[in-house]
Amino acid sequence: MRKFDKDRLLLGLAGPVLALAVAFVLTSVVLLASDRDPIEPFRLMFDAASFSDVQVLIINQTGTYYLAALAVAVGFRMNLFNIGVDGQYRLAAMVAALIGAAVELPGPLHIALIVIVAMLVGAFWAGIAGILKTTRGVSEVVSTIMLNAIATSLIAWLILPSNFGEQPPGSNDLTTGDIPESGWFPALEVTGGEIYGFTFVAFALGFVYWFVLNRTRFGFDLRATGASSTAAQASGVDAKKMVLTAMLISGAVAGLAGMPTLLGDTHTYSFNFPVGVGFTGITIALLGRNSPVGIFFAALLVSFLDKTSADLDQHGYEKEIATIMQGLIVIAVVVSYELVRQYGLRRQQRKVGEELAAGHALKTAKEAAK
Amino acid sequence: MSTSNASAASAAPKAPRNGGRRPKLTLPVILLIIAGGLALFSLVRVISGANDLTSVGQVSGALQLAVPIGLAGLGGLWAERAGVINIGLEGMMILGTWFGAWAGFQWGPWVGVLMGIAGGALGGLLHAVITITFNVNHIVSGVAVNILALGATRYLSNFTFAEEPGGSSKQSPRIDAIDRITIPGLSDWLADLQDKHWFFVSDLAGVLGGLVTNLSLLTVVALLLIPVTYWALWHTGFGLRLRSCGENPVAAESLGVNVYKYKYIAVIISGGLAGLGGAFLAIVSTGIYQEGQTGGRGYIGLAAMIFGNWMPGGMALGAGLFGFTDSLKLRGGAENVHAMLLLIAILLVVAAAW
Repeated sequence: MRKFDKDRLLLGLAGPVLALAVAFVLTSVVLLASDRDPIEPFRLMFDAASFSDVQVLIINQTGTYYLAALAVAVGFRMNLFNIGVDGQYRLAAMVAALIGAAVELPGPLHIALIVIVAMLVGAFWAGIAGILKTTRGVSEVVSTIMLNAIATSLIAWLILPSNFGEQPPGSNDLTTGDIPESGWFPALEVTGGEIYGFTFVAFALGFVYWFVLNRTRFGFDLRATGASSTAAQASGVDAKKMVLTAMLISGAVAGLAGMPTLLGDTHTYSFNFPVGVGFTGITIALLGRNSPVGIFFAALLVSFLDKTSADLDQHGYEKEIATIMQGLIVIAVVVSYELVRQYGLRRQQRKVGEELAAGHALKTAKEAAK
Repeated sequence: MSTSNASAASAAPKAPRNGGRRPKLTLPVILLIIAGGLALFSLVRVISGANDLTSVGQVSGALQLAVPIGLAGLGGLWAERAGVINIGLEGMMILGTWFGAWAGFQWGPWVGVLMGIAGGALGGLLHAVITITFNVNHIVSGVAVNILALGATRYLSNFTFAEEPGGSSKQSPRIDAIDRITIPGLSDWLADLQDKHWFFVSDLAGVLGGLVTNLSLLTVVALLLIPVTYWALWHTGFGLRLRSCGENPVAAESLGVNVYKYKYIAVIISGGLAGLGGAFLAIVSTGIYQEGQTGGRGYIGLAAMIFGNWMPGGMALGAGLFGFTDSLKLRGGAENVHAMLLLIAILLVVAAAW
């Protein structure tokens, strides 16, 4: 067993706590500057969260965000920045909805087909960026941004009634047609609404993520390549193959991000389908520091901000304050992580310096922690 | 296209990033390439009968659509040459549209332009503080700037535009237009010439006509910024020091260059240029601020810069290409696109035969 290091834990907690405190204070400053009560909106948001229907909304949203953030985090662990999660998620949801609406299968098979199609499409779209990176050295940041734009146009074209979409009578919206009931994922009935069944799949996937990364050889290779691709290569890891694999996995998980909404709520893809989930996923992965538990709490926090701010308008406050707060949280988080890291480094150096000055032989970190 | 002005600037770069492997592009060679490209276009137009392909309106529309992308790309260029990746261009553009419109409808368009630049520069400053002082990952910081800019402008609209007549929380009141210039005799003559649909001559007339017809003064400023950037970065001591901070900060530091200062300057200028691009969108392109107006042009600008191999001339070429295809889509549809497909097919055949 690893020895419990109190200081390290404290330092690890200091980052997010400091960041959240700073973000709250800065948001209050913004509210004050715009001549609004600096505390009242927060109180209203907490009030809203006490209603069971809002709680259900928050949990459902958390599932979607959790998947999107996991997709981003897989890339982060490899030092890959998959900005294209949003495009992969939308394209995957759209194609999966098309196929789901076109076939008629017994329940579990129908759902499995939709899910697998979504994963394949997401992986395919991310794989393009992966192949470009491994064969031509194209930065995945740029290629995935471009692929997002292409996905937007591709969806707009595919969903035209003359291609694969249809227009419901009396509506301006275009949809992909409804998935028959056999392809609906069973939901959990609770007071206040239904929790999408796929939300639980999402959380289970968090465990899979943890297990694969920390308990398998593949996960070790992945993390090693992320930490130092040259060192990993020297120890026999095929870095190119790892890049491609990580992109494919990231894309497949991104493809799943649309499933809670598609299988649990809309049962069709239309222009009302939520956009920007992938970008929120980046925020959440950063906030949660790529750890499955951290991401869960970060997703919960962002969903809380999203869903409880919706009612602020009715009380005379602008709901956009939640977006400002999200931006401030990201900035505060990354800056405070960096500051805490630097502080930890200095502390460690000082400790070692003291030990040496006292004339002791250098102890290993493990012994020093005793 | 907007490139003809800028291509002179790309004539002289002596050391592109990846060494001197490519043959040197001298001015005659560049002019020859442009003439060849135009002849090809002309051929495609005559074959396909898509006469709108090089019409005055098409080229002038393409120019207008290319300018914001080009300005964002130029912003990206300044930052990247100083060694800072700027994904926050999109957010800085958003700040530019908002501040440009906010000042523009109250105090006239030129004040709006200045405030747009200032708004973008503010975003640049934030990005600089996070990345340079706090040493945070550049892309992470850029993403944060984008989120914050979006939230801040939407929030501020509730307090400003929503209370004005003709405005709402999603759009601003109308902004006075910036003067447009049309060279009287020349424009008409070129338009007439273009209408005759002669091979090559009409196309040349169309392109030149597009560049001198209904040209906003701000477009002229934006076009001038491309050679100005090239001059400032490659022909002044300031530019040399700034680029040295991007290429090798340690070496620059050891020679007495204040790396932090130069990086700050570069990223703030980068934000200012993106802000100008945003102000252009609000003031010239539409005359109004609308939520979501930038539509990812900051990202496209970044792509245009990478397409142009981190050089101003190449970047302008990329922006022109994006602007031209946008304009094709807006003006006309299938016929033009089919003509473009023909062009691509010819290019592929040429490339295969090479």
